Amino acid sequence: MMNPVRNAFAAIAVLTATTSIAHSEKLIVSVSNHRVTVTPNYSGEELVLFGSVERDAKSLPERAEYDIVVTVSGPRSDMVTRRKERKLGIWVNTDSREFVQAPAYLGIFSNRPINDIASADVQRRQQLGLDNVLLPQRIGPDVANVVASDPFRFAFMRLRTEDRLYREQSGAVTFLTPTLFRTGIPLPAEVPIGTYNVDIKLLAGGILIAKTDTAFEIVKVGFEQFVANSARRHGLLYGLATALMALMTGWLASIVFRRD
Amino acid sequence: MQLFLPIADIPVNIFLILAMGAAVGFVSGMFGIGGGFLMTPLLIFIGISPGVAVASVSSHIAASSFSGALSYWRRRAIDPALAGVLLGGGIVGTFCGVWLFTLLRKVGQLDLMIALSYVVLLTGVGGLMFWEGARALLRARRGDMLPTRRARAQGWILGLPMKMRFKRSKIYLSVLPIVGVGLIIGFLGAIMGIGGGFLLVPIMIYVLRIPTATVIGTSMVLTLVTMMIATVLHATTNHLVDAVLALVLMVGGVIGAQFGARAGQRIRNEHLRLLLGLLILAVGIRFAVQLVIQPQELYSIREVGSGG
Repeated sequence: MMNPVRNAFAAIAVLTATTSIAHSEKLIVSVSNHRVTVTPNYSGEELVLFGSVERDAKSLPERAEYDIVVTVSGPRSDMVTRRKERKLGIWVNTDSREFVQAPAYLGIFSNRPINDIASADVQRRQQLGLDNVLLPQRIGPDVANVVASDPFRFAFMRLRTEDRLYREQSGAVTFLTPTLFRTGIPLPAEVPIGTYNVDIKLLAGGILIAKTDTAFEIVKVGFEQFVANSARRHGLLYGLATALMALMTGWLASIVFRRD
Repeated sequence: MQLFLPIADIPVNIFLILAMGAAVGFVSGMFGIGGGFLMTPLLIFIGISPGVAVASVSSHIAASSFSGALSYWRRRAIDPALAGVLLGGGIVGTFCGVWLFTLLRKVGQLDLMIALSYVVLLTGVGGLMFWEGARALLRARRGDMLPTRRARAQGWILGLPMKMRFKRSKIYLSVLPIVGVGLIIGFLGAIMGIGGGFLLVPIMIYVLRIPTATVIGTSMVLTLVTMMIATVLHATTNHLVDAVLALVLMVGGVIGAQFGARAGQRIRNEHLRLLLGLLILAVGIRFAVQLVIQPQELYSIREVGSGG
């Protein structure tokens, strides 16, 4: 006799779950430039991300205060962090940790401090902020994430931040209207070429209510691309060409400055 | 004016690089050395990774030594036979050097190895040259006659087999020590991003007792060939040669070298050796201090196996 009742409850639970998703807001975003080109006088760039929170008729009216967290992550590669220690009177690299597939660039932009936006638990689950981004380490044969206070992870984050490659800017996202927002994405010249993923999360009252993503790429074009590609793909030819260039320069110099 | 370096992947000021090339070129023209031992640390100092610096400087040295070698060739101050024998060792040494360079880069001790070799070599050679130059200067000041050194090889070198006659240098010497010297220079050059001229010239004069007339030109030929090989090898194995950086350095370097050579002719020989000794010593001490004093930053990050 309990079964129909339980089923009814289950049906209601499913219904509310689906309706809460159906009710929720949609995010529409766009970056000012999907293809950043590196030219000989390239010295970094700043992109702008625009976004709008699309509310439908069923959106809860009391959700006036939206929070936005934008996470931009650059091309990934394995990186080793090494620590120097004094051995026999000199400072040498001893201990090291390998971070597996760490992003070359990581920018986290939000409209207010992440600690004010969500609880520590939500931050961890949604990977909000530099301290909560997954950064797996290779420890022996295993790969595991480590806590933010791990000295190697801490040093890694600190160095990347000093190099302006990792950054967390609370207050970078500004709301132009209650539903229209924008943020700058500063890209220093040192950031590598490749595809950058932009992940946008909309929160309200400390809960994630919508998310979307987009991407842009940084590419070398023309001469830059030609040189980088030939160095990588045709190492021997490239080396020979460079050696030949050295000979030409040397020969020209001896002609131009000939005194005998 | 900013210029983006395609391999080093950073923007640099083109005039700064040109000026560095010219300054080092000036010194190298003045003392008749390649100047790699100054250039590589300078590039590292402005933020170019040691690997790219070493690899790119090798092509820069090739350019300046070729322009030097050409003018020595016109004056018939190169001994082709001697150069050939030196090269035999030099080529093998360069291959070994690039191999070790790649290996050290993998284990993360490349920076240490570069720094250590700089300390040992530069303080050693710089100290000796300084000492020798200072003594010669003091003797000259006291009015003593400079004892003219009779060119004779050290006893044990004379005893070695496989002797060969080097016509232009007018010596009769075993090929073994010459091949050995070439090997060492090629090896060190590939690891440290130096041509090794500042090592090779004293060794040839004081150890092998080769007449000074052919020493500098011949050493330039060795430098030229080992650095060309190092460039090609670095490009194929490590993909670290930045051709744009190298070109800017070359242009600055060859211009600076011309003015340096003119300035060098106006300075007395002992002063020149004293100055060069001081310069080498100073660079060596700088590297030593860096190793011994606790660095401000204990951690470093390096990318590994990113597929290229």
